[in-house]
Amino acid sequence: MLEVNDIVTAYGKIEALKGVSLSVPEGQITVLLGPNGAGKTTTLMSVAGLLKPKRGSVTFEGQDITGRQPGTIVQRGIALVPENRLVFPDMNVHDNLKTGAYVRNDNEIESDIESIYERFPRLKERYHQHAGTLSGGEQQMLAVARALMARPKLMLMDEPSLGLAPMIVEEIFRIIHDLNQEGTSIFLVEQNANMALKIAHQFYLLEQGLVTFSGTPGDMDENEVIQRAYLGTTA
Amino acid sequence: MDFYFGMLQIVGLHTILGLSAYIILLTGQVSMAQAGFMSIGAYIAGMLTVLAEMHLIPAMLIGGVAAALVACIVGFPALRVKGLMLVVATIAFGEFIRIFWFNFDYQISRGGVKLGPEGGEGFKQIRFFPENGWSTLDVAIFIWVVAGAVIAAVWWMDRSRAGKVLRAVGEDDLAAQSAGINLTVVKVSAFTAGGFIAGLGGSVYAHYTTHIEHLNFDIVMATFAIIYPILGGLSNVFGTILAVIFVQVFLLEVLRPLGDLRNLLFGAMIIVVMNFMPHGLFSAQVASRIKGVFSGRKEGANA
Repeated sequence: MLEVNDIVTAYGKIEALKGVSLSVPEGQITVLLGPNGAGKTTTLMSVAGLLKPKRGSVTFEGQDITGRQPGTIVQRGIALVPENRLVFPDMNVHDNLKTGAYVRNDNEIESDIESIYERFPRLKERYHQHAGTLSGGEQQMLAVARALMARPKLMLMDEPSLGLAPMIVEEIFRIIHDLNQEGTSIFLVEQNANMALKIAHQFYLLEQGLVTFSGTPGDMDENEVIQRAYLGTTA
Repeated sequence: MDFYFGMLQIVGLHTILGLSAYIILLTGQVSMAQAGFMSIGAYIAGMLTVLAEMHLIPAMLIGGVAAALVACIVGFPALRVKGLMLVVATIAFGEFIRIFWFNFDYQISRGGVKLGPEGGEGFKQIRFFPENGWSTLDVAIFIWVVAGAVIAAVWWMDRSRAGKVLRAVGEDDLAAQSAGINLTVVKVSAFTAGGFIAGLGGSVYAHYTTHIEHLNFDIVMATFAIIYPILGGLSNVFGTILAVIFVQVFLLEVLRPLGDLRNLLFGAMIIVVMNFMPHGLFSAQVASRIKGVFSGRKEGANA
């Protein structure tokens, strides 16, 4: 469904991605693991159009989307749940959800919001509250819900477990699992390798801007995965 | 009575100026170039009514459009800088426009009298109002018709989808972008709209004072423009209007006996507000409390 082909993305002269290739099959959960600074977020942002790769290509459902405007990419069916959630703090929950539907102009937006509220009852309780006043877990749910409002075929999720209590992390992963069961493909970047590998169909290891391993969760000894995901091989 | 009409005029003009900065501030951009955009409207509309003997209304619109065009061009490089750097860049641009007018001569002779802008001497005799016999009250009413139209337009825009989009960009541009919002379009549009409003305000201002010079559009005016929405908060347009009344009527007129100490107070005021009321004097909480009063709901009475 998503093919990333040998992309190089640089911040000024520093190449954060030195030729990353990976593929995200339809209907699956693909996980990208790696230590800090490996380029995980850069990879997601290059796919979402927030960063433009210097070289290489990104194709989605057979169409080239390399370097397209983020808006176009959302319209094609890829939605990003950004790192640190990035909800709009001074907007209420309802308006946050509406912004997620920015690229749509059908008349099912309100009914979609209703079904979001069914899935996330906590958001319904707080629909008129400013998003900045929600707890971290609620903000993460809102960020996921906002991305869902674009009706994506593929969701890019950047460290949804960041800074959350273990119980909430489990709930977030259950939501990711449910979404996938309902047919949304997921491309998940995580630091929490244990949890991520439990729901992953396949995973990639990214170290210093290069993919160093790809396979299914059973393919590599879990201890080695953890070590390389947190520390990298060179450490 | 004319003193109060004069006050009314100043409050109206500064409201227009403040709202021009408000619209840009909604997208999270602090523009210190509003006085510059204002001067473009002022000089162009003035030249049209004086030199081309055009009627005020079309001259105002042309002045506004000219300022909007310049603001649109400024909007693009402004995309590349954020925060403090944008403040510096827009100050530089405002000064650039001011120096341009300082060096701008375009005079024609009519009936032995020289008319038109004359560099550092300024642009005198913009006499559309006195020539047509408008009293101070007439001018005050006219200013408020324009200000009212601007307030209504910005208020309506703010409540519409466009307003939500501007606010989304202002609150978090990365999140806005990943929701599919095109940052370039939104930020440049905000600059263009802000430029148009400032230009419109400037064209009215030129005819109200009848004499403009580059110093009218210096950094003090630019500071005024941005201070109103900051003081008033971004909850809605009325915060900006209240801030104008607060600064122009209370700080500058009521405290006039304090003399130069006023300026000191002005600076202190801004620091106090930014520290203790980061959402402005007229925040969403205050707004909903006032709404409650008007709808007859007493606080604490909903138990």
